[in-house]
Amino acid sequence: MNVIVCVKQIPDPALPGELDPSTNTLKRDGKLILDESDSYGVEMALQLVNTAGDGSVTLVSMAPNDEVSGLRTALAMGAEKAVLVSDLALAGADALTTAKVLAGAIGRAGDFDLVIAGTESSDGYTGTVPEQIAEVLGLPSVGFAKTITVDGGTVKVDRQTEAGYDEVTCTLPAVVSVTAGVVEPRYPSFKGIMAAKGKPVDTVTAADLGIEAVSWAQQITSVDDAPAREAGEVIEDDGETFNKIVEFLDGLKVI
Amino acid sequence: MTLNNIWVFAQADGDTASTATLELLSKANTLGGSVTAFVAGSAGGAAAAFADHGAAKIYETGDLAGSLPGPAVSSAMQAVISGGDAPDVIMFPQNYEGRDVMARLSVKLDRTVLTNSTDITVDGDSVRVQTPIFGGSKLVNSTFTGERPFLAAFRPKSFEAAGGAGAAGEVVSAAAGELGATGGATVTAVHVEETSGPKLDEAAVVVGGGRGLGDAEKYDMIETLAKLLKGAPGASRAIVDAGWVPYSYQVGQTGKVVKPTVYIAAGISGATQHMVGMKGSKNIIAINKDKEAR
Ligand SMILES: Cc1cc2nc3c(=O)[nH]c(=O)nc-3n(C[C@H](O)[C@H](O)[C@H](O)COP(=O)(O)OP(=O)(O)OC[C@H]3O[C@@H](n4cnc5c(N)ncnc54)[C@H](O)[C@@H]3O)c2cc1C
Ligand SMILES: Cc1cc2nc3c(=O)[nH]c(=O)nc-3n(C[C@H](O)[C@H](O)[C@H](O)COP(=O)(O)OP(=O)(O)OC[C@H]3O[C@@H](n4cnc5c(N)ncnc54)[C@H](O)[C@@H]3O)c2cc1C
Repeated sequence: MNVIVCVKQIPDPALPGELDPSTNTLKRDGKLILDESDSYGVEMALQLVNTAGDGSVTLVSMAPNDEVSGLRTALAMGAEKAVLVSDLALAGADALTTAKVLAGAIGRAGDFDLVIAGTESSDGYTGTVPEQIAEVLGLPSVGFAKTITVDGGTVKVDRQTEAGYDEVTCTLPAVVSVTAGVVEPRYPSFKGIMAAKGKPVDTVTAADLGIEAVSWAQQITSVDDAPAREAGEVIEDDGETFNKIVEFLDGLKVI
Repeated sequence: MTLNNIWVFAQADGDTASTATLELLSKANTLGGSVTAFVAGSAGGAAAAFADHGAAKIYETGDLAGSLPGPAVSSAMQAVISGGDAPDVIMFPQNYEGRDVMARLSVKLDRTVLTNSTDITVDGDSVRVQTPIFGGSKLVNSTFTGERPFLAAFRPKSFEAAGGAGAAGEVVSAAAGELGATGGATVTAVHVEETSGPKLDEAAVVVGGGRGLGDAEKYDMIETLAKLLKGAPGASRAIVDAGWVPYSYQVGQTGKVVKPTVYIAAGISGATQHMVGMKGSKNIIAINKDKEAR
């Protein structure tokens, strides 16, 4: 059972995001970390390979400046190797270009039974990349998985829906995107962190993947400040504040 | 050239049109072109509502026989487009099915996608969408620069649903082509979580609970209060992930968008991803031990 996991390396979401004033795209020149949304996919892949008893987990990522910090975190969790696409020409790429590039990287990563991605990334959250990768590769896909079990040539997925969940059966190979909370990601052990330093990362450009001209048909024309909401009133609870809430709700005629 | 032909990816639950679809049709109907609803499955009794909200034509794929809509509907759309009925813009709801269909179609047609938008404007030849980022503190304006059709996805509740359009709503069948391996996923069972009271995204009062409640049992207080106020209980993702309540309770970027008269947030920190799901509420009451919670 070989599983490929798409892992995005993103600016630390705990820090305030910043736009590049010349392009209006998100600044990605600082240190990048493993998107937490993808740590679930890495854990899921490790568990599936472990259950199968053979195979390996390979990572694919597209990130600027040969960034490997996030990949090292996922390698330290137990993934075996990685393909990293790093290319100045891809700065500011749209989701479709990203999907084409990742599909190329998946092709380079070797034979696989399953590709796992996050349902949406923390920084761009278009939520389209996994399904686009599947279409580029001509594969079926199931989004929003909250459980995954592999059974011979098929994968069974409980797919979250707006009203509950669906049970879905899908032929392999396939692309499955997972939600947060699908599994509890492990913390890399000290041994894992040391081992990760020596694991292979195959760093390539778009041209190495046979992707020549890259361009995208969208342009950010301007960025406005949103109208600010008025600051609210702060009331410290003196044990009687519920009366004020009741009064407020009464004023709004909801009680 | 203005917009002559606008498509909306349309959804219905049995004979009931989805609210998100009606919102998009209503907006499309103000953009100046003719409006088409493209239905995953059969339009059935929902056709009347689609027409009432502006759909002059309704394409329906027919029963999808358990296959997920992404490959099937995008294939049907591609077939109609190559048959000569080519839209200028296709509007999708930013929900599971909407984005799966849009993603597949974007590859088939080699078109970029603009997502998570809350507005669309047509200005001569250019089509611009607006997208809130950084928890809604900034609004990004983007235009499509390539060939049509333009593919755009909008967050629920971005537009008002307005009936009374009295459009023809002519139903035309549009079958999917051969899906090959891409059609390998089949739904074998559907589970719907039972809820009583008003729907979360339609309730006038929403009481949201977060990690600050302390533990899962405390969520009973949220349910009780919601019931007393004839509202719906909601939740932050933190407690959905922790398994306290089902995903269908989640408010936010990856959950439901709510716009009630009153939103009561109990023990919720107000992370940007939560805020995008409830900042349209008319009044917000936050109960928190941290004065600085947003
Ligand atoms: C605020 C903001 C809004 C944006 N809006 C749009 C938009 O509307 N349309 C558009 O085309 N682009 C948009 N972008 C650009 C978009 O984020 C990038 O194209 C990005 O490379 C891929 O999209 P995503 O992160 O949205 O992917 P998603 O589809 O949200 O990601 C889902 C999963 O795909 C995998 N994945 C995604 N990117 C990578 C990667 N680089 N390496 C490895 N795995 C990856 C991960 O497993 C991830 O969890 C936006 C960017 C920002 C910062
Ligand atoms: C890609 C992505 C998508 C996401 N989508 C969503 C989404 O759709 N919806 C969503 O909600 N989140 C979403 N999140 C998660 C979000 O970033 C936050 O992690 C989450 O909203 C936090 O939930 P919380 O407020 O319950 O918990 P916390 O942030 O832990 O906040 C708990 C709050 O309770 C308060 N508190 C503690 N004790 C008490 C007490 N005794 N009395 C009163 N107050 C108390 C604390 O002061 C704090 O403000 C997403 C994240 C990512 C990366």
